[in-house]
Amino acid sequence: MTTISGYNFAYLDEQTKRMIRRALLKAVAIPGHQIPFGSREMPLPYGWGTGGIQITAAILGADDVLKVIDQGADDTTNAVSIRRFFAKTAGVATTTRTDAATVIQTRHRIPEAPLTENQILVYQVPQPEPLVKLEPSRAETRRMHALAEYGAMHVRLYEDITRYGQVAISYDYPVMVNDRYLMAPSPIPAFDNPKLHQMPALQLFGAGREKRIYAIPPYTNVRSLDFEDHPFRAGRAPHACGLCGADTSYLDEVVVDNAGGRLFVCSDTDYCETRRDAGHVGEAA
Amino acid sequence: MTDDTLLSARGLNLRFGAIPALVDVAVDLWPGEVLAIVGESGSGKTTLLNVLSGRLRPDDGVVWYRDPSGRLHDVHAMPAPKLRALHRSDWGFVQQDPRSALRMGVSAGGNVGERLMAQGLRHYGSIREQAIDWLRQVEIDAARVDDMPRTFSGGMLQRLQIARTLVTHPRLVFMDEPTGGLDVSVQARLLDLIRSLVARLNIAAVLVTHDLAVARLLAHRIVVMQRGVVVEAGLTDQVLDDPQHAYTQLLVSSVLQA
Ligand SMILES: Nc1ncnc2c1ncn2[C@@H]1O[C@H](COP(=O)(O)OP(=O)(O)OP(=O)(O)O)[C@@H](O)[C@H]1O
Ligand SMILES: [Mg+2]
Repeated sequence: MTTISGYNFAYLDEQTKRMIRRALLKAVAIPGHQIPFGSREMPLPYGWGTGGIQITAAILGADDVLKVIDQGADDTTNAVSIRRFFAKTAGVATTTRTDAATVIQTRHRIPEAPLTENQILVYQVPQPEPLVKLEPSRAETRRMHALAEYGAMHVRLYEDITRYGQVAISYDYPVMVNDRYLMAPSPIPAFDNPKLHQMPALQLFGAGREKRIYAIPPYTNVRSLDFEDHPFRAGRAPHACGLCGADTSYLDEVVVDNAGGRLFVCSDTDYCETRRDAGHVGEAA
Repeated sequence: MTDDTLLSARGLNLRFGAIPALVDVAVDLWPGEVLAIVGESGSGKTTLLNVLSGRLRPDDGVVWYRDPSGRLHDVHAMPAPKLRALHRSDWGFVQQDPRSALRMGVSAGGNVGERLMAQGLRHYGSIREQAIDWLRQVEIDAARVDDMPRTFSGGMLQRLQIARTLVTHPRLVFMDEPTGGLDVSVQARLLDLIRSLVARLNIAAVLVTHDLAVARLLAHRIVVMQRGVVVEAGLTDQVLDDPQHAYTQLLVSSVLQA
């Protein structure tokens, strides 16, 4: 793909990138703490990952290899257009292979394959404030974070267990980062939460509309909120992938024919392909 | 103040524009003691309670609090996180309107358990058990533990607020007209409950009321306020049976006439 001229490298001007990098440095210095930043208009509507895109634009170097996933898949419209955007504006190489990427921008998933110290994971975040449903006032949530007053969030979990016998949060399950800040991990499935903990890769979170950046530095403790007698459990559908037979990966249920036939398949398409290339076969394959 | 005073205020002054809400007010409170602040509407009772509890800053004066280890703290010089921590642990606040203190969208058990969770308790079963125990102590049927407060009567809501406040065993509780807005029979039951809880748990309390009968029932000592000034203070029976100040005499006689 050829780069287009008339834009700065990776679209954003250098001054904006510096501003975002400063916010990123602060975010890395205070794991899990939300840093305000002057979010720019991007040639995409909010909800298309403008926060993630701005972070990616600010950290991309000419030698980086970019992977973009949406719900684990490299081939959705959103993922394809973001990948193309950076291929055009930065001329960087792109890949769908998790192990070949140096920067992975993601919406709603963490890849199944373990990430390394040489990689950065950039999350698109619609709502950075984990307390927003409990406390509508921004000033008050800031105060709650400042004083680490998170009792209200535990009340929410208490209510769930009382009503449903378990915590009824399956996405964006709140976590404590570095034993200090309560953080929204973005709408990844709770299944992915354990991967946040002690991850060797740097994790960066960008919320474009809400103008917030936060981060989890490599090898940081990240704990999903729970109770001693109701410990956090990462749920997944009790099936094996129909295509590659994986029985530990996160699965999507897809409709496969007009007769309403259904199939459970890995949501991480690269993981599934890699397994199939290595000879693994699922029951529907 | 003496060596064992729990809370002690000196020289409190606060004006709202032209209104002198507190004028050179001094107050002492000893452990386990209930102090009533009485006076007519607008005399500065709520203002004094808020200043004593650190929720409102005076123009002048100081409020000292002695923690369980005997150390004194200047309440208005404490950093905000410390003061909030104090309000979550050693102290409690009971408001007149339970609806503004409770989480109305959270079950009774969740409301009572909140302070325990805020203190770091992370055992669901134990939180629930303590919530049930406290519901019993405030005479709410344990079977209501999972019910929403909106299904509770006014008197039950106030008892729920009291359970929610006392669950962490505070040493000092501030109460602003805790029986206001309730009808008389409900009031009487609530007063009885507060009296027995406070005595049994040896809680010190500052209680605002404009009802001298409430003060007589609950308080060991009483301060009488008029236009921001403490015009009389002393043992409850003494002040009410033998009022010295003309304003107190007026208050007492108007109660007798009522
Ligand atoms: N925030 C405020 N701004 C301006 N004036 C105030 C404020 N709060 C209280 N006041 C005034 O200060 C005086 C004392 O008010 P306060 O609420 O302490 O009285 P009170 O004794 O609690 O009365 P009540 O029995 O009606 O609750 C009143 O004149 C009141 O109007
Ligand atoms: Mg008042």
